[in-house]
Order: sequence, then structure tokens, then C-alpha cells
Amino acid sequence: MPIKAEEIVTMITTAIPDARVNITDLAGDDNHFHADIYSESFAGKSRVEQHKTVYAALGDKMGGVLHALSIKTFQTK
Amino acid sequence: MSENPVFTQIRSDLSANDVVLYMKGTQVFPQCGFSAVVVNILNNLGVTFKSVNVLEDEDVRQAIKEFASWPTIPQLYIKGEFVGGCDIVKEMFSSGELQDLLKDKGIAIKDAA
Repeated sequence: MPIKAEEIVTMITTAIPDARVNITDLAGDDNHFHADIYSESFAGKSRVEQHKTVYAALGDKMGGVLHALSIKTFQTK
Repeated sequence: MSENPVFTQIRSDLSANDVVLYMKGTQVFPQCGFSAVVVNILNNLGVTFKSVNVLEDEDVRQAIKEFASWPTIPQLYIKGEFVGGCDIVKEMFSSGELQDLLKDKGIAIKDAA
């Protein structure tokens, strides 16, 4: 079952309120996405930790209905 | 709660091999685009690595996600340490961090030039 880009953004911003998310539906199939995520809350965290925060926001969607999401995190000031 | 028994196998693979990639498919025939990207990067650097095909072992496929608290495959480990998934490895390769990390850990890589 596909997932809409807006749902992904909502889940991320619910968990990381200051996050700015630029999402691209790479194949136009609601299945392959790339998200650039900007947040101050990434400060002091390693890349692995930053990505874990995002995965936590997506809960069991990641690796489930959401098969292919590539992410890049940016720490904002 | 007792530990997942598959962790013992994972730990022994990680201690026996400097670089381990948990992936979908094999080094020769990756079966997922994200896994293929990491294989290409490691090949490009001339790094010898052990790969574990999670599609052949459902127990390992589930256990490795729990092991790293990381929900996706591929997962790259260097000297027993979880480095990241496809996105992070790609970013580190572009910035040269991956090359530095490998050199720091005493793992031979091909010179880019």
C-alpha cells in the first residue's frame, strides 16, 4: 500500500516540530522518495543519530509500507 | 528478556571481518538499488569486504535491524562499528570521510588519483 508524501512530512514534523522537509517523489509512484530534512534539533548528533531520529518519527512505516526513502539531514542554526 | 540468539552470529561475523555489509542480494548481483550503491562504493575504493545476503536468511534480516536499531538494509560495519545505511555511506564517500575512516582503521584502499 503506497504512502503519500504529505503523510511522511506530517509524521516527521509531528515528531520534530521545527523540521523543514523538502520531499521529492522520485518515481511518481508514491513509493520512492527522497527527503531533505532541516532542523536545529540535529545539533550535536552524529549522522547516524540524526537519521535514527527521522526513522523513529516514521515508526513502523519505514521498511514496511515505506520501502524506499532516502534521507539527508541538515543541521540548521 | 534474553538476547536475540542471532546476535551471536552477527558479532562473530563482525569480529572476523574488518568490513561487513548486510545487503539484499550478493556483491555480484545486488537485488536492491540501495545495496548496489554501497557495493559500488566499496568496489571503487578497492575494499575487500564480507557481505551477508539478508534475503537468504529471514532471521538475520530481522535481527540486524534490531542489532543496530536501524530499520533498513543495507547496513555497513567497519571494525565492528555501524557506519550507516546507503544515504550516509554515499554522503561520507562524497566528502572523503569514508576514505579517512577506512584509513584510520588501517584498512587498505585504492588511491583515487
